[in-house]
Amino acid sequence: MALDEIKIGGMGASRRRVEDNRFIRGKGNYVDDIVLPAMLHMEILRSPMAHARIKSIDVSKAWEIPGVRLVLTGEMLAARNLAWMPTLSYDTQAVMAMDKVRFQGQEVAAVIADDPYIAKDACEAIRVEYEALPVIVNPMQAMAPGAALIRDDKENQTDNKVFDWEVGDRAGTDKAFAEADLISKIELHYPRSHPSPIETCGSIADFDRATGKLTVYMTTQAPHIIRAAVAMVAELPEHMIRIVSPDLGGGFGNKVPVYPGYVISILASILTERPVKWIEDKTGNLISTGFGRDVYLQGELAVRKDGKMLGVRMHTISDHGAFFADAQPSKFKIGLMHSAFACYDIPVAHLTATGTYTNKAPGGVAYRCSFRVTEAMFFQERMVQAAADDLGMDQAEFRRINFVKDDDFPHRTAYGFLTDSGQYGKCLDVGLEAIDYKNFLVQKEEAKKRGRLLGIGISTMTEPLGAGNSREYDILGIKMFDSAELRVHMSGKAILRTGAKSQGQGHETTWAQIVAHELGIPADDIVVEEGDTDTAPFGMGTYASRSTPVAGAAVAMVSRKIRAKARKIAAHLLEVSEEDVEWELGRFYVRSSPDRGVTIQDCAMAAYSNMPDGMEPGLENNAYYDPPNLTWPFACYISTVEVDPETGVWDVLKVVAVDDCGVRINPMIVEGQIMGGLTEAYAMASMQFITYDVEGNCVGSNYMDYLLPTAWETPGFELHEVVTPCPHHPIGAKGIGECATVGGPASFVNAVMDALRGTGVRNIDMPLLADRVYEAIQTGKDISGAPPIKTEE
Amino acid sequence: MYPPRFNYESPKSLAEAISLLTAGGGEAKVLAGGQSLVPMLKLRFASPEMLVDINNIPGLNYVRRDADGSIHIGALCRHEDLEKSEVIAEHQPTIAAAAPLVADPIVRTRGTFVGSVCHADPQGDWSATMIALDGHIVAQGPNGKRNIPARDFVTGPFQNALAFDEIAIEAVIPAPKGDVHGGYLKLERRVGDFATAAVAVAVETSGGKVIRAGIALTGVGGRTINANVAADSLVGSALTIESIARAGELAAAAAEPRSDHRGSASYKRHIVSTFLTRILNNISESTVKAA
Ligand SMILES: Cc1cc2nc3c(=O)[nH]c(=O)nc-3n(C[C@H](O)[C@H](O)[C@H](O)COP(=O)(O)OP(=O)(O)OC[C@H]3O[C@@H](n4cnc5c(N)ncnc54)[C@H](O)[C@@H]3O)c2cc1C
Repeated sequence: MALDEIKIGGMGASRRRVEDNRFIRGKGNYVDDIVLPAMLHMEILRSPMAHARIKSIDVSKAWEIPGVRLVLTGEMLAARNLAWMPTLSYDTQAVMAMDKVRFQGQEVAAVIADDPYIAKDACEAIRVEYEALPVIVNPMQAMAPGAALIRDDKENQTDNKVFDWEVGDRAGTDKAFAEADLISKIELHYPRSHPSPIETCGSIADFDRATGKLTVYMTTQAPHIIRAAVAMVAELPEHMIRIVSPDLGGGFGNKVPVYPGYVISILASILTERPVKWIEDKTGNLISTGFGRDVYLQGELAVRKDGKMLGVRMHTISDHGAFFADAQPSKFKIGLMHSAFACYDIPVAHLTATGTYTNKAPGGVAYRCSFRVTEAMFFQERMVQAAADDLGMDQAEFRRINFVKDDDFPHRTAYGFLTDSGQYGKCLDVGLEAIDYKNFLVQKEEAKKRGRLLGIGISTMTEPLGAGNSREYDILGIKMFDSAELRVHMSGKAILRTGAKSQGQGHETTWAQIVAHELGIPADDIVVEEGDTDTAPFGMGTYASRSTPVAGAAVAMVSRKIRAKARKIAAHLLEVSEEDVEWELGRFYVRSSPDRGVTIQDCAMAAYSNMPDGMEPGLENNAYYDPPNLTWPFACYISTVEVDPETGVWDVLKVVAVDDCGVRINPMIVEGQIMGGLTEAYAMASMQFITYDVEGNCVGSNYMDYLLPTAWETPGFELHEVVTPCPHHPIGAKGIGECATVGGPASFVNAVMDALRGTGVRNIDMPLLADRVYEAIQTGKDISGAPPIKTEE
Repeated sequence: MYPPRFNYESPKSLAEAISLLTAGGGEAKVLAGGQSLVPMLKLRFASPEMLVDINNIPGLNYVRRDADGSIHIGALCRHEDLEKSEVIAEHQPTIAAAAPLVADPIVRTRGTFVGSVCHADPQGDWSATMIALDGHIVAQGPNGKRNIPARDFVTGPFQNALAFDEIAIEAVIPAPKGDVHGGYLKLERRVGDFATAAVAVAVETSGGKVIRAGIALTGVGGRTINANVAADSLVGSALTIESIARAGELAAAAAEPRSDHRGSASYKRHIVSTFLTRILNNISESTVKAA
């Protein structure tokens, strides 16, 4: 008899997360928990200025403090050719400032000492003399004539532009616009936000002079990419570098890039010949590491009177900070921005993108964004609402008539992506019913008569998750496939390793469920390990919702290889030919007499004790998986709000989420991902951003100013599902990690804007802080949230 | 957290604590709930040579109402104690309204009322309630005790009227002479956020007329603002739509806000008058109901 899949923790089981066993007992093992013998501690001195020439650095007082072992400055790094490092986007980034500082929080010096208190004291004893330079805090300032040149270190760089890029059909789009009945426009700023994982970045570098081997324990979502980068920067051969990423306290894209702190700790360990630990503080994390967004989105939609979308034009101006250090596929300068409008059937589209340098921290591709899909979908859904309003058409109806239909797949989007599956209309229907759409519209009108402002916001989108396929997706030339390695022991228990790296996603739980599904080995019998480059197969890591689409597929594929071998062993044990062997979950049996069978565990034992003649012993294998396409989950998020016109404060009344991420491996974990994502979406819509004043001071450098919502203000979420299996993924799954963060913000903003309908206000930039909403209501004008913030009066 | 080096003392009596402060000669600091001092140490904004932890001194953790109707809050009474206190719920509506709005539930388990007043943060909530209620602080030093009125206690941002060797041992809210009304409204961007603007109101009525009023504002100036002109305008008559509106205007005029990431100065003024109006309307309704 076949096993009960749910009972063995297979596909579809809401199995409890096995990793939580150690986390809730305080037994997690994070970088900061690791203590090595004779370990030293490093602290980084950061620039208080946003743009300034460094006139002098005096470290003599720091050296005088007992317990200080090493003081490093840019000059000392330069002497070892380490002052600059390559970024993941073919730019360079200063490891430590030498000539000048280019953003507040930039690394200026480092102290390595016996304990972190001494290191901190010594940092304070370093005297740096700065000469202020003009500060640039937004792209408009960066591109203004006569703007100060930020990257004067780069030959041939005469302005503050990083790139100009375009995609789509310019002429065709112009034609569509010429033929349109109506052209609807919108301009937005998607503010800078920060993933702000609870655990900051950190590393322990341990260079062993005797063996020549460098081991680095570090907070990274992509250990193998880091190993490749370290090999390049430190000029060490790969087999002499071991990167270990232990338990991670969240990542959200913050822990993909290579940060100066890692590199400095490595150099410090090489120089001191002792392990060197660096743990960034919260402010250091918020002001210097990979942020998300900071993009100006402008565009227009050409529509016909009957509501048909004819074409879309987009222009983005992105603020990359002082270095172009985005971690993203190298082909696409502004990430997957051109995935916008993928769920709508639009004939033509054109996108132009300009990237700029500013005196702000580098980054832009982080915070559950799947390479800027967050910005793309936010723009899309704000544009769609504006166009429906301009047409005087119902929000839901406008979306429905433009959706790609269920039988139109595969569908080539106007920007060139290939979507392959979905039931968009059905998801929308489920959402509208759950929120009681018709009724709410009536309620809203009635409330309005009594001076109360209610609003409803819809956001529907399909997004490309799971980079990549090797034709189009690479980072620094390395193709974006992933891997899994499975060893089944003779008892039938197993260890699985992958090239991904969980930071809260629950891989230890779900990967085992995929193996259980494929092999019938109970999930509890499978241990999952990730993050150690000496043991894990090569993979590109976990971000962009790529783990299940890519590494998860590899897990299924390697399990199938194991099953194929086990089948041969089963035939041998059952003394029949392989063709006569049938498989059911956990067991092979003889087709003609189904009660004659052997379990997968029997086969595992035989692989070590009784293999067929000529068969290689053992039961282990690996799989490298190069997906044929991205996966295209769909989501429909609808929220209702009430705005207090006297204060601008708005409350969420209800949130409904309908997600179609294909087959769900562990529904509980999927729901957790959605709820977490919606919480972040609410945060960005309502309170969260990193902004700057005119002097380039980062406003948002601590949790007093950078707001994470708590359980108190986070609304409740009602979740629904629709399942359209992915046609090319071995188990039919699609990415889910980022859907709600990507699609959620527009539903909240659209709801508030809906409540303000009739006031003349077309847009308020996120976050929709009460004062902005109030000002919009009072003035009837759009509110821009672009830095620098106002501080006068 | 890696603060600068300091010595730590944990006295078991007030006398011992005061002599430690005296010996410290201005370089020692009292540690109560630590919810302001410890963050300052972490950020190295404060670098005292010695911390005098008063948490192990018996007899400082109380909130009680005396027979005369005055309310006494001891130096170790936590925000949470006030939030859960029946005495406060029954007799002191201004404090009761503010208690759940101070910081977040975690901070409220540690932070103290008196410590917050001593900290003299212009964005601290408790100072405003103390000024509105015309309370006073009991300070104890080497030469005994003295009372300092709340309106004179704060001398500047993060500065108070205590001598370096004095400890604030108690906050006192005087006995009311009429029916007690009050409220506290605070605009915050998130729970645990300091106020964008907040308004504390304490009103006593007799025979439907206001016989005493206190209004103070949080977060709209370099110190807690005593909006006594607005408050005085209410005294002597019943609350009416007109008197409430006028008080709202006067309070907004008393505010000294700055534009920052919490909002523009004019928005903060608007919130002050809106919140004051809301509180007074509530009071007016409840006095009408009671009458
Ligand atoms: C995350 C967070 C959010 C917060 N939000 C708010 C908020 O919304 N509203 C608000 O009002 N506050 C807020 N606070 C501050 C909090 O209320 C503090 O508890 C309070 O300000 C200080 O009280 P404490 O007992 O913790 O004092 P401590 O931190 O121990 O001391 C503060 C200062 O007062 C002095 N001091 C303390 N007690 C005495 C005494 N008995 N005699 C003499 N001097 C004394 C200390 O020497 C020190 O200088 C917040 C704090 C945090 C950490």
